[in-house]
Amino acid sequence: MRLQWRTDLLSDTALVRDVALVCLADGIVGVSFGATAVAGGLPWWVPVAMSLLVFAGGSQFAAVGVVLAGGSPLAAVAAGAVLNTRLFPYGLAVSDVTSAGGGRARQWGTRLIGAQLVTDESVAFALRHTDPARRKAAFWTCGAALFTVWNISVPLGVLAGSAIRNTAAFGLDATFPAVLLALALPTLTDGRTRVAAIGGAGAAVALTPLLPAGLPVLAALGGLAALWRPRRRPDADGAGDSQAVRRPAGHAIPVRSNR
Amino acid sequence: MMPLLAVGALAAITYALRIAGPLLAERATVPAAAQRLFTSAAAVLLMALAATSALTAGHDFAGWARPAGVAVAGLLAVRRAPFPVVVLVAASVTALLRLAGIH
Repeated sequence: MRLQWRTDLLSDTALVRDVALVCLADGIVGVSFGATAVAGGLPWWVPVAMSLLVFAGGSQFAAVGVVLAGGSPLAAVAAGAVLNTRLFPYGLAVSDVTSAGGGRARQWGTRLIGAQLVTDESVAFALRHTDPARRKAAFWTCGAALFTVWNISVPLGVLAGSAIRNTAAFGLDATFPAVLLALALPTLTDGRTRVAAIGGAGAAVALTPLLPAGLPVLAALGGLAALWRPRRRPDADGAGDSQAVRRPAGHAIPVRSNR
Repeated sequence: MMPLLAVGALAAITYALRIAGPLLAERATVPAAAQRLFTSAAAVLLMALAATSALTAGHDFAGWARPAGVAVAGLLAVRRAPFPVVVLVAASVTALLRLAGIH
């Protein structure tokens, strides 16, 4: 199995190139994170340990942001945890690629490692493809490369942050939303998903002054109501979707590896 | 300030959220319609996180420089510029605006 996706991977230069570009971009974000954390006064090991163990940029920024703004560690954990609840639907969306063939022990090992590699980026890459082998190659290549790059760039940022005090002057805070936007935009080809995402994003921003950190992003899921439409047949759900039901948003995510 | 316990707690919660999906999918078959819904949910969450992290800091507006940098980066992303270009432009535009006194 492993050999198989490795072969696919080598033949897929577009994937390797795209993953390399995302890694370079996230490397810049990682440097931003490490620098922001220590420039704000946190000890060096906090961003480093978070990057290894939490490995989720959004929640790392959120948790550190809460602490640097004077919040309690409990509030920081809550903010990061709520933000990471999106990893649950992500895990469901890519559950077919985090497992592998082989013996039982190996299956478990793969699943446990694969779970840690579930991120915005690796999931976005997997969702670009419908073919199982390509989904798998995209997920594992992106996930493993990103884990490596993230855990090199954050310590580099820690070193930089000890030298530079004013990270805002370099616009480093704009790097994380830019990466997210660049990841999200290609997934919005379908009209309904676009409406859902834009409506949800608007609601999240509007609710930010009112709700505790992390909750507004979850409230955006209300935008999914845009996907609702009356059923034609009561048994149209589930299998056999290709005939009775027009494919909604999810699978309309573009296969863009050939660009 | 931020004890090891807090980092450990966030790591444990995060991992539980990550592994829950695959474990659940193993015990019960996830219907195709549900799988599609989760895929859309992922897209919606990505956009919401992008918007809030671009526009807000804590409970407040982040100021003009950051959203402007992210907006220019978004335009480049739509035009399919490479990821590192997108990110460097976001940081550069934001930094230049701040240098010009626009925060």
